[in-house]
Amino acid sequence: MRSYSSLLSYIALGVLAVIASKTGILNAYVQIVLMFIGINVILSTSLNLVNGYMGEFSVGHAGFMAVGAYITSVLNVMLFTQSSLFGPPLLNPSSALFLFPVTLLIGGIGAALAGLLVAIPSFRTRGDYLAIITLAVNYIVKSSVENIQVIGGARGFMGMRNVINSMQDIINIPWALVWVIICVGATVWIIYRFVNSTYGKGIVAVRDDEIAAEIMSVNTQRMKMVAFMLSSGLAGIAGGLFAHVLGYINPGTFTIMKSTEVLVMVYLGGMGSLSGSVLSAILFTIILEAFRPLQVAKWVVVPLLLILLMLFRPEGIMGHRELTDIFPRLRRWFGAKEERG
Amino acid sequence: MALLEVKEVTHFFGGLRAVYNLNLSLENGELVGLIGPNGAGKTTMFNLVSGFYRPTEGEIRFNGKDISGLRPHQVTSLGIARTFQNIRLWNSLSVFDNLCISQHHLLGYGFLQSVLRTPKFRSSERRVKKTAEEMLRMLGLSHYALEFPKNLPYGLQRRVEIGRALSLRPKLLLLDEPAAGMNPGEVDELIDLIRWIRDEFKLTVLLIEHHMRVVMNICERIKVVDFGETIADGSPEQIRQNRRVIQAYLGEEEPVNA
Repeated sequence: MRSYSSLLSYIALGVLAVIASKTGILNAYVQIVLMFIGINVILSTSLNLVNGYMGEFSVGHAGFMAVGAYITSVLNVMLFTQSSLFGPPLLNPSSALFLFPVTLLIGGIGAALAGLLVAIPSFRTRGDYLAIITLAVNYIVKSSVENIQVIGGARGFMGMRNVINSMQDIINIPWALVWVIICVGATVWIIYRFVNSTYGKGIVAVRDDEIAAEIMSVNTQRMKMVAFMLSSGLAGIAGGLFAHVLGYINPGTFTIMKSTEVLVMVYLGGMGSLSGSVLSAILFTIILEAFRPLQVAKWVVVPLLLILLMLFRPEGIMGHRELTDIFPRLRRWFGAKEERG
Repeated sequence: MALLEVKEVTHFFGGLRAVYNLNLSLENGELVGLIGPNGAGKTTMFNLVSGFYRPTEGEIRFNGKDISGLRPHQVTSLGIARTFQNIRLWNSLSVFDNLCISQHHLLGYGFLQSVLRTPKFRSSERRVKKTAEEMLRMLGLSHYALEFPKNLPYGLQRRVEIGRALSLRPKLLLLDEPAAGMNPGEVDELIDLIRWIRDEFKLTVLLIEHHMRVVMNICERIKVVDFGETIADGSPEQIRQNRRVIQAYLGEEEPVNA
C-alpha cells in the first residue's frame, strides 16, 4: 500500500486539477500555466538524465521536442481533422480520444530515433565536442522543418486545436490538461525507476569514470544509447503535448533559445536530482509568468537571477540530493523502500 | 590448458613500441607477478588483456577463446576483472552501489524491465545486492557500505576496488600496483588479503607491483619485462639472482669504496 501512496496522491491531485478546471475555479490562464509547468517538468527531468545523471552536456533538447511535436501534430491533423493540407480525416475524429496517446508515443519514438544522431557520436567523444554535436542536431532539425513545405515550412503548422476539440465533443473535460498530467506522471515514474535500478545507475558510473565503467562490465555504448534515446523520446512527447496545448507550432519555437531554457531549469534544480528538476521546472515557469508584466525586461531579470544562483548556489536548488535526502520523513510516502545507497 | 595465454603480442603507440613479442601463460590458480621498470609495458599489458587496447600483433586467449578485439565489457563478462594503478572508483556512488554496478553483465534485464520492475528484475536486483553485501562483509567493509569512496582512506579505497572487481565473479584478477602509496601496515594487510582472496575465490591472480616485499612474498612465479620484452621468468628465488634483472631493475650493490 505504502509504495502506491505517491501514485495515489498524484492521481488525486490530477483529478482535483481537472475538476477545478472544468468547473471554472481555475481559469483558462491558470490552466495554460499548469500545462506549461507540466511540459517543462518533462523537458527538465528528461534532459537531467543526460546532463545530470550521465554527465554529458547536451544543448539541443528543443530539437528533439520539435521532432515529437511535428510527428504527433501531422499525424493527428491528418488522421482526425478536416484540413486544407491533408483533406478529410482518415479516421473517425472521435477515435482521437483513444489514439492520441498512440500518436504521442509515435512522436516520442521518432524523437528517440533522432536521439541516435547524438548517441552514436557520443561513443567516441564527450564534453565540449559532444555539446557542439547536439547543437548541430538542434539546427539540423529546425532547418529541416523550415524547408519541408508540406508541413508549413517556416510559416508553422496548425490545426491541433481541432483534435483536442473533437475529444472534448465526446467527453467535455479539458483533455489537453489531462494528457499533460498523465504524461508528467509517467515521465517522473519512468525516470525514477530507471535511475534507481542497478541497470540505470550504470549511466552514473559512466559520468564518474567512463573507462572504469566499461572495464567493470558496464556496456557503456548501450547505456549511452538508452539514456539519449529515453531523454530525447520524452522530449518528443513533451513536444507533442506542447503542440496540442498551443494549437500552433513553428520551427522558430524550437531553437537554441528553447534548449537553453531547459538547460537553465536543469541547472537551477540541481544536476542528477529528479526532485530538483521537478521543483525548478515549476519555479522557473512561475517566475517567467510572474515577470510577464516586465515584458522584454523579463529577459534581463531572469538571467540576472541565474547569475545570482550560480554565485551563491552553483549546485542548484537541490545539488545532487533528492527531496527524500533532505526530508527523510518523506520516504514514508514516496517509495524508496528497497533503496540502499 | 592455460587459463590465459598471451602469444607473441606486440603493441605500438604510433611509433613507440610499448610491448614487443610478449608471451605469457597463466595456469588456473596461479599467482604470478609482473615486474619491471617504469615504462616497461606492464600496464599496457593489462590494458591489452582487459580489452582496452587491441594488440597490433599477436593473440590473447582466455579459456581457449580469442579475446583480442573484444570490447572491455565483453572481456570482463568472460571473467577477467582488474583494478587500476590510480584508483578509479565511482565517487558519487556509494561503496555498496560500486559493488552492485560491477555486476552489470550479470543483471540479465534491460531498460523496460527496470521500469516495469518485473519479477526477473526483482530477483536479479536481490541477487546483485546480496552478492555486494556478502562481499562487503567478507572484506570487512560493511561499515562503509553507504559511504562515498572518496571519503575513505587510501587503503580502504584499494580494498573497495578489489571488492568491486571480485563481485563481478572473475576467474582471473589483474591487480595493477595494489600496494602503491600504502604504508607498511597497509602493505602487510594487503599481502594477507591477496593470499586470502586467491584461496577463498579459487582465483588466478596476475599482479603488477614495484613493492618487492609484496612480490617476493606472495608470487609463485615472476615475469620481468623491460622495454616491452620479457627478460626473465621464474620463481622469486631465481629472479632475485638473475643478472639481467638486477641490472635492469633491482639494482646492483655498489662496492663500498667505489
